[in-house]
Order: sequence, then C-alpha cells, then structure tokens
Amino acid sequence: MECQECQQNPATLHFAQVINGEKKEIHVCHQCAKEKGYIPPEDESYSLHNLLSGLFQFDSDAFHTSSPHHSMEQDLQCEKCGMTYQEFTRIGKFGCATCYETFSSHLNPIFRRVHSGNTTHDGKVPKRVGADIYERKQLRNLKWKLQQLIADEAFEEAANIRDQIRQLEKNLNQKGEGDA
Amino acid sequence: MGLEQFINEAISPWLKEDGPDSDIVMSSRIRLARNFEQSPFPLIANEEHLEGILYFLEKEFNHRSFTQYEQLEFVRMADLKSIEKQVLVEKHLISPHLAEKSQYGAALISKNEQVSIMVNEEDHIRMQLYFPGFQLKRALEEAFHIDDWLEQKIDYAFDEERGYLTSCPTNVGTGLRASVMMHLPALAMTRKISRMIPAINQLGLVVRGIYGEGSEALGNIFQISNQVTLGRSEQDIIEDLTSVVQKLIEQERQARTILKQQSELELEDRVFRSYGILEHSRIIESKETAKCLSDVRLGIDLGYIKHISKSILNELMVLTQPAFLQQYARRMLTPHERDVFRASLIRERFTLEQREEF
Repeated sequence: MECQECQQNPATLHFAQVINGEKKEIHVCHQCAKEKGYIPPEDESYSLHNLLSGLFQFDSDAFHTSSPHHSMEQDLQCEKCGMTYQEFTRIGKFGCATCYETFSSHLNPIFRRVHSGNTTHDGKVPKRVGADIYERKQLRNLKWKLQQLIADEAFEEAANIRDQIRQLEKNLNQKGEGDA
Repeated sequence: MGLEQFINEAISPWLKEDGPDSDIVMSSRIRLARNFEQSPFPLIANEEHLEGILYFLEKEFNHRSFTQYEQLEFVRMADLKSIEKQVLVEKHLISPHLAEKSQYGAALISKNEQVSIMVNEEDHIRMQLYFPGFQLKRALEEAFHIDDWLEQKIDYAFDEERGYLTSCPTNVGTGLRASVMMHLPALAMTRKISRMIPAINQLGLVVRGIYGEGSEALGNIFQISNQVTLGRSEQDIIEDLTSVVQKLIEQERQARTILKQQSELELEDRVFRSYGILEHSRIIESKETAKCLSDVRLGIDLGYIKHISKSILNELMVLTQPAFLQQYARRMLTPHERDVFRASLIRERFTLEQREEF
C-alpha cells in the first residue's frame, strides 16, 4: 500500500481516526505522518509513544492467544467517543474520560508497567467533584460487605450494616440537596 | 529597538530573580494536566467541542488575575505568526506540540510569564508554573492554588480509582510533571553524570538535556523530572525528586571543588578561553555558544570572573535560539546569518555588562 499523502513511499503507519463516531482510515509513510501531525515530532515523545503502544500490543497479543471471548472483547468500543480498544492500543491515547471505564478491564497491566506497579490514584482530589468521594467509597464497601453477609446468612450483622448504609445514603442525599 | 530593551522584553521577569541554589538549579517547574469531564480529549474532539472550550476559558479567565500572578492574557495559536509561536516555545511558555499541532490551541499566560495554562494541547488544560532556582515545594503549593481556582469553574474529568484522567496513560493520576533545570558542568566534565543517570532512572525519574538533541545536553543543562504519576501523592513525587536534586547539587559542588583543587590552571584557562570566544567571535554556532556560556557561568560561580552578572547563562541560552535571533533581526535569517547575528548579539550583551560595571 502506498502512502496516501505523498503517493510515493510505502505506507508504514496505519491509523484510524474517529470523529463524531465516523471512522476514517489513514495510511501514511513515516515522513508524512510526522509532517501531518499523526505522530509527535519530538524524539522523546515519539520513543515514549512507541514504547507505550508496544506495551499495549503486548497486552492485546497475550489476550488474543489466551482469551476465549476474543471477538467480543476485540470490539470493545467507547460509547461516548467511539474509540475502540484496538485504536487505543495503536494510538496509545485515550479518546475521552469514558474510555477509562470502557477499557477498564485491560488497564491495570498497562498502568502497572508505566507507573512502577501502581494502578490506583493516591493524591489530590478535586474540591467540588470529589467532595463526597470518600463517603461514596465507604458506601460501596459497605454494600459489598452486606452482600457477603447475606450470602453467609449472617443476618444480624447484615441488619447492622444496612443501617449504616441508610445513614450514609441519607447524608449523601442531604448534601446533594444542599448543593442544588 | 536597543538590545537592552529587547532583552527586558524577551526574558521572562521571573527568570531574572534569584532563587535558592541558583548557582546550580536554574529553574523549577510544575505542570498539571487536567481535562473537562464532558468533552472528548483534544486528540479526537471535533471543532465544536474544542471551540467550546476555547470560548469558555476565554470568557472565564481572560484578563483575570489570581493572587500575585498578575493578569492572564488569552492567546489563540491561530492568531499568532509562526515566529511568534516559536518565541513562546523558546521561552518554554508553550510546548512545540501546541505551537505546531493544535489548530484550536491557546494559552493563558500571566503577565510576568510565571504561569502558562495551555489549552487544547494533548489535554484540555495543562497549567505550568515556573520558579527561579530550587523551589519545587513552593511551586507545587502555588500550582494547587491555581488548580483549585480553575476548578471552581470547570468540572474536571476525575475518577476515584484512577485520579485525574488524561489523554495519555503516562499522565493519569496526579497529572503532575515536576521538573528542575540544572547546570551541571563539573559532573559533565568529569563524566560522572553519565554514571549517575542510570541510578536516577531506576528511581522513576528521567534525566535529559533540554537543549540539543537526544541524550546530548547542550550547555551542560539537564532536566530532571518524574515519570510516575499514578499511585503516589504529589507530595511524595516532589519529595523523591527533591532528594535526588539535593544529591546532584551536593555532587556537583564536590566535583567543582575537586576540579579546582586538581586542575585550577586548566579550569581557569578553559573559562577564559570561552569568555574570549563569546566576547570576540564574529560567527558562532549554537552548540559552541552553549559550551562557552556554560564555561563562563562556571567561571562566575567559581569567582574567576567577577564583573559579569550570573543571569547571563539563562538569558543568552534563550536569546540565542533561532526564533529570538530572527525577532531581534526583524527578518528571516539563514543558518549562516543566524551564526553571525548570534555572535554580534552576544558581543553586544557583553558590552552592556562592562558599561554597567557589576
């Protein structure tokens, strides 16, 4: 395949661009990719990008050989921005905040490699958006615990937890109303 | 326009101030990456989304000021000539990516040029704060204030588990890139730096030359920054970086002392040769400029040269970059013309020093 930009060199880079959910395929040579801005010009970011997409590729390769749900997972697509997991591994960048949820099951190995084994944020929380993050986290944990207790038929303890959950939910709801 | 006035306008006001350990640490920088929750990231967002973000930020923050950071000026990349964008890049106020690739890019730059908030770069918002010398902690505190200030108006893309969500997985979590620019001539001369870099890398920090290509560090100026952004708090990241920078400062001072003890005459000779070249050459390339400026700055720090101001390295490293030279010349210059212009600008700058009698 020849490069669609210069029509001279063979196309060595293949991209898919999704704009408003419409997919456009791009096949270009390295030179044109640089000139047209499909890949970053700087050496540092380029090698980092390479390294990263290499990591993703590795992840998806391992996945292809081992997973029985191959075809279904391959079509993983972000409902908000339209980016597919395939595109994500090729570009090495997320399309929008929702991509993080969409590709969530694949992200831990990637983050671990990039961030020295870490997968969970431990730092600043936005003041407005994050105000009740702590409480919501607590609520999730309690609900999970409640399920466990019910499964174990430990109903007395479960009732206790249920009360705690109600209290927390009340608090959160009041806060919500206060904001509005 | 005279050179003095040109320099005054060209050099960011904060860069002229002296900071802690400024004999070795030239500047400290904090960068935070943030995104709007509702809009796709700039890489794939359409015109409507990107224009929306530009419109919103211009409306909310243009001509506003935040505490001591003087007024913010909203500049759209599309309104700038390519040379003007290049000048902003050479001053490190915007990234090459914003200048070249972001059709809907903009920047909110404070009047004293200490704060620059890039818009629609790889992320919707990338705020950068500069401080002279070694002041990472203070820079982080101030960056947090600005972040909180912006957050009053913006719904950030944030996730409890992953933190601040960014376009590139290498920035997720804190979105923090902290870096210091260091002048390490003695560690470079004694080749100690190349042995230290792998050890520093193992701590999750990156060392690179900020001028020059690849691993080469023109003017013996190195940038040290954090790589990991997820799973560590901002304070811990700064703490790690700070302790490595302190070690480097210590080692550099030690290496300078040893150099002075063991080869005083050779060192002095090297410093004054470089001084001579800068003061008298008629044609000079950027590579030689950087080497000579580094030597002269070392000479000033070691007390060999007394009448030249310390800021000459910071200043001339910026002023002798291609876009600045062309702005001073007020026309496009061929590479050869640039070398001639560079030499004459440096000569003039040295004459200024003698007149002022520091």
